[in-house]
Amino acid sequence: MSKRFELAVDRIKCDGRGLCAELLPEVIRLDSWGYPIIAPGPIPEHLMGLAQRAVDDCPVLAIALRKAEVQKPKVP
Amino acid sequence: MSRLALLAGPELPVGAERLASHVGRLGPLPRGGRALIELLVRTELTGRGGAGFPVGVKWRAVAAASSGSAVVIVNGAEGEPHSKKDRLLMSSRPHLILDGALLAAASVHAKEIVLYIGEGLHGAFRAMTEAVAERTAMERRLIRIVAAPARYVAGDSSATVHLVDAGIATPTTTPPPPRERGVGGAATLVQNVETLAHVALIARTGAGTNTVLVTVAGAVRTPGVLEVYAGTSLGEAVQLAGGPSEPARAVLLGGYFGRWVEAADAWSLSIDPRALRDRGLSLGCGVIGVMPARHCPVCEVAGIMRYLASESSAQCGPCFFGLRALADACTRIAERGTDPGDLQRLQRWSAEVQGRGACKHPDGAIMFLQSAMKTFGDDFANHPAHLRRSA
Repeated sequence: MSKRFELAVDRIKCDGRGLCAELLPEVIRLDSWGYPIIAPGPIPEHLMGLAQRAVDDCPVLAIALRKAEVQKPKVP
Repeated sequence: MSRLALLAGPELPVGAERLASHVGRLGPLPRGGRALIELLVRTELTGRGGAGFPVGVKWRAVAAASSGSAVVIVNGAEGEPHSKKDRLLMSSRPHLILDGALLAAASVHAKEIVLYIGEGLHGAFRAMTEAVAERTAMERRLIRIVAAPARYVAGDSSATVHLVDAGIATPTTTPPPPRERGVGGAATLVQNVETLAHVALIARTGAGTNTVLVTVAGAVRTPGVLEVYAGTSLGEAVQLAGGPSEPARAVLLGGYFGRWVEAADAWSLSIDPRALRDRGLSLGCGVIGVMPARHCPVCEVAGIMRYLASESSAQCGPCFFGLRALADACTRIAERGTDPGDLQRLQRWSAEVQGRGACKHPDGAIMFLQSAMKTFGDDFANHPAHLRRSA
């Protein structure tokens, strides 16, 4: 099983530059004031490259990729 | 004034209880340690600062991460505008709090205790300082006192750590929480003063406490702090505060991060942290705010939202800009009358801001607003244009 990752924003560092939402609109949209809202859940495999770029290119280094929180197994 | 357990002892106007009286009444300080932590888990004591986190669980986590380097922060910031219970407890029963702090330090193997006291709370500051001076040299060496800025967010646990570390009482990004990484990187136990006073009693009796401190504010004859048994009804607490001074419209339970309840539904509610949680309510910091029927709820809510917006520490965009926008929309409805666009914006922005701060300040404000819009739905939907009343 491949590792699953999600994006985490440091809300204090984040300045609302908006680069991340331009790089990865599939996962990140901006709120009414220009700050990122991350779609819940792990990053789809095919977007991992762009997600890494959003992390690397953030001018204030406010985004990180971290291991997705373990989903509780659904009760059958 | 009702005084049951935490406030038992000498009459309160006498001021701070001295060490000799305290020890004479309650006996010497018991031992802290593993057994006390498990006792706190069993008695299900929850934090009385507002968040209601299980105390034993927090102590376990700090003890596990400590290795002798942990720090205990005794949180007496009391930044909640109507709350008076923490300052009353510090001013009148300082040794009960110090006992709890020393038990905490022994249990989590802490090297330091920081008394974090709101800078405007002069009586509390004096009483706690004098109480420390009465303690043994070994105890005194552990303890230092710092002044907390009189701001709403200064009582946030990460803000207390930030002040001790860097002199700035603003929240910091979590995780990790202070119980994992706090002062100087060490595991840090941040605990409200009332919670620690409960610990001092629990450690002596071996049983859970069954009282809570509440502050009854607003439209009652004698507003102030009461110690009541868990399970007392809100109506009984209001009667203990002299009864309503005029017809009431609603009660705000738990301070500005609390929930509104229509007066008709409120009086039978039981003041019990668990019972309230089961009903989707929270005792929070213990403020019972009674709003009179002659006040306009929309104007009242707009005023509190403006306050909460102004108390944002201006670090996280969604909180700083979002709460201002929400407060402005509330104010427009209050002063210019209901506008369907503003009602929609309140819903949309609430959803956008929720969960997007480093601390819980935006979440607390949003919960307050959502509870207000649910309880006073008709008032928000049909508000006439009028200027806000003076506070």
